[in-house]
Amino acid sequence: MGVEQKLGNMGVVTTTLETAVNWARTNAMWPMQFGLACCAIEMMSAQAATYDMSRFGMELMRPSPRQSDLMIVAGRVSRKMAPVLRRLYDQMPEPKWVIAMGDCASCGGVFNNYAIVQGVDEVVPVDVYVAGCPPRPEALIHGVVTLFEKVKGEKFEDFVKA
Amino acid sequence: MSEYQLQEVPVGPYKHLVSERAVSGETMLLNMGPQHPSTHGVLRLLLELDGEVIINCIPDIGYLHTGIEKNMEAKTYQKAEVMTDRLDYMNNMGNNLAYVMAVEKLVDLDVPPRAQTLRVILTELQRIGSHLVWLGTTALDLAAMSVFLYCFREREIILDIFEMVSGQRMMTTYFRPGGVWRDVPVEFEGAVRNFLKILPKRIDEYEALLTKNPLWLDRTVGLGKLDAATALQHGVTGPMLRATGVNWDLRKVRPYMGYEQYDFNIPIETRGDTYARYLVRVQELRESLKIVEQALNKLPMGPVRSDNRKFVPPPRSELGTSMESLIHHFKLWTEGFPAPKASIYSAVESPRGELGVYLEGDGGPKPYRVHWRTPSFDNLSVLSKIVKGHLVADLIAILASIDIVLGDIDR
Amino acid sequence: MDTRLEKIIKVLQEKASATYEEFRGEVHVFINAGQIVDALTFLRDEHQFSLLSVMTAVDYWPQDNPRFHVIYQLTSLTQNLSIQLRVPVNGNQLKVPTATRVFEVANWREREILDMFGIEFEGHPDPRRILMPEDWEGHPLRKDYPLGYEEPQFTFNFEEIDLRKPYAKE
Repeated sequence: MGVEQKLGNMGVVTTTLETAVNWARTNAMWPMQFGLACCAIEMMSAQAATYDMSRFGMELMRPSPRQSDLMIVAGRVSRKMAPVLRRLYDQMPEPKWVIAMGDCASCGGVFNNYAIVQGVDEVVPVDVYVAGCPPRPEALIHGVVTLFEKVKGEKFEDFVKA
Repeated sequence: MSEYQLQEVPVGPYKHLVSERAVSGETMLLNMGPQHPSTHGVLRLLLELDGEVIINCIPDIGYLHTGIEKNMEAKTYQKAEVMTDRLDYMNNMGNNLAYVMAVEKLVDLDVPPRAQTLRVILTELQRIGSHLVWLGTTALDLAAMSVFLYCFREREIILDIFEMVSGQRMMTTYFRPGGVWRDVPVEFEGAVRNFLKILPKRIDEYEALLTKNPLWLDRTVGLGKLDAATALQHGVTGPMLRATGVNWDLRKVRPYMGYEQYDFNIPIETRGDTYARYLVRVQELRESLKIVEQALNKLPMGPVRSDNRKFVPPPRSELGTSMESLIHHFKLWTEGFPAPKASIYSAVESPRGELGVYLEGDGGPKPYRVHWRTPSFDNLSVLSKIVKGHLVADLIAILASIDIVLGDIDR
Repeated sequence: MDTRLEKIIKVLQEKASATYEEFRGEVHVFINAGQIVDALTFLRDEHQFSLLSVMTAVDYWPQDNPRFHVIYQLTSLTQNLSIQLRVPVNGNQLKVPTATRVFEVANWREREILDMFGIEFEGHPDPRRILMPEDWEGHPLRKDYPLGYEEPQFTFNFEEIDLRKPYAKE
């Protein structure tokens, strides 16, 4: 009542700068197309018509790391691919987030052997882990929404590093 | 930092594979790297380019190497089947089928007719699903994006059927040695018949969009010509071989799981280019629908798993009353079943070609050596021959038409 | 066994002193490494075995003689026949002549066997590793190569394994 109502009628909203910046970041986060194996097919299904990720602002999957905010590591990362993954992560500009999609990216999955990196968090720091082999498209969307909740709670001090 | 500047790929390690113009610096070695939207997986292609024309193309694989063959040696025959879904991840039921057929051949296990028919129905549905994804991603690479959305919408119906049958959309592990895991629910037949009603009109829509489209014809006719002799030298099988005029389909020449009872044609084209491969696969979609319809009409009643209790676990209802069932259950769960000390090779026709399993037992419950003869490995080896002289954009079309799945190649 | 295969095996027995065995309808012929290229050429040219379906190897460690078997499976499309050739390879002499001149697909298949087992193929035009990284040491599919198993973290050993795991910093 009072001030807010008057301001609302005039078309003015007050908020903090952090909330506004986080709102902008979550509403149009562009994922990088990094599908490696079977989880990539479920990621493509999540992007296609039935489970549409464009509703969440992820209209395009940019293949170029320079133009994306979110890296969804979908699939198993082999020892030959790990340096490539790290290089792509380094090429992404700040702010950036990582979702480890599927069991193989989270913990090595079914494959406990010489060839697969046991969890992609050995290579890049991960924000959200989505379990499943492969996770349903709805599970991936749930993971994305969880990431949005996390981003909405971020403060500027986390990004300003000395 | 210096490592993030544009670096040229050094010629040194590839001197024996590129022409002399690369060594002198006249042509450029470009890395079409493991992360690329159009390489259908993590495939690295080294291109020697003269402007936009490709002089040489060197594929570099191994970025998805999972060590499945070695990992399967450490598990029993039943547990190793879980890893087979994840090889060619577009053809999960087909990989399961190849593996359980190999195990059944090795231990000489029978499969009841209802299980055989169910296997045929589900494998053909998987073939339709795989070809739909191929069509969608090929069209997406060649900028016909609406076909991608339509194909994935159709595929959702197939994945719903798989989930109804086995509980999982993709990695089903539904076929087990001796039959299938459990009987299909009552809604199965209705769902499959519904699908059979919907799909023919949709395939007509895709053909109306693409087959006579002058843009599509411009981008695919005459590209990547492969003749039958080169194809056989490179071990190419599947739709790629049938597009060169060779009539070789394992479902017809070496029928398995009762394929001889069904009446279907094998589409053959003779030109061997990208357009011919497209026509063969679209025609195969229609033939698979025919097979599913005939198999569904023929579905016999009966058990869905063999009753050889040495290899197939007994139903849980028997465990309370029969001592032998309890012992069989115990042995199968703790040890697994033994296989003879011999080796066999068994092959099925996957959507990409001849998918074969070389299985060697050593008398114990774990396989001694499992080798997967995967079709995409041999199909990709012919790439460096058929892209010479084409442009980079044509390379995308040719690579899409080979229909590779990197899980198949790198295992 | 098919009568056409019987004739072929008789010729191979005379010319290459091959032995054979049958199992579940398949024919496995054992040939020495020195004669394998001639056998492949003979089968390809005179009996239309035009497709090399499978080329792989098996490791029989700790047995050293033979330590490996290299396996070739040939398919004839016109006659609808298959035959499997096996080449025993000793543990201290890991060399087999290359089949690239007979079948082009052997190029990549031999690179894979070199990578996974360490068997060298004489005369191969491009002997590099194909599946593992270029600087990898060891040959993974040998039986004396460990699986590379990571210990599962249960509640009782969670912390100690967690400290050892190499997590990535920023």
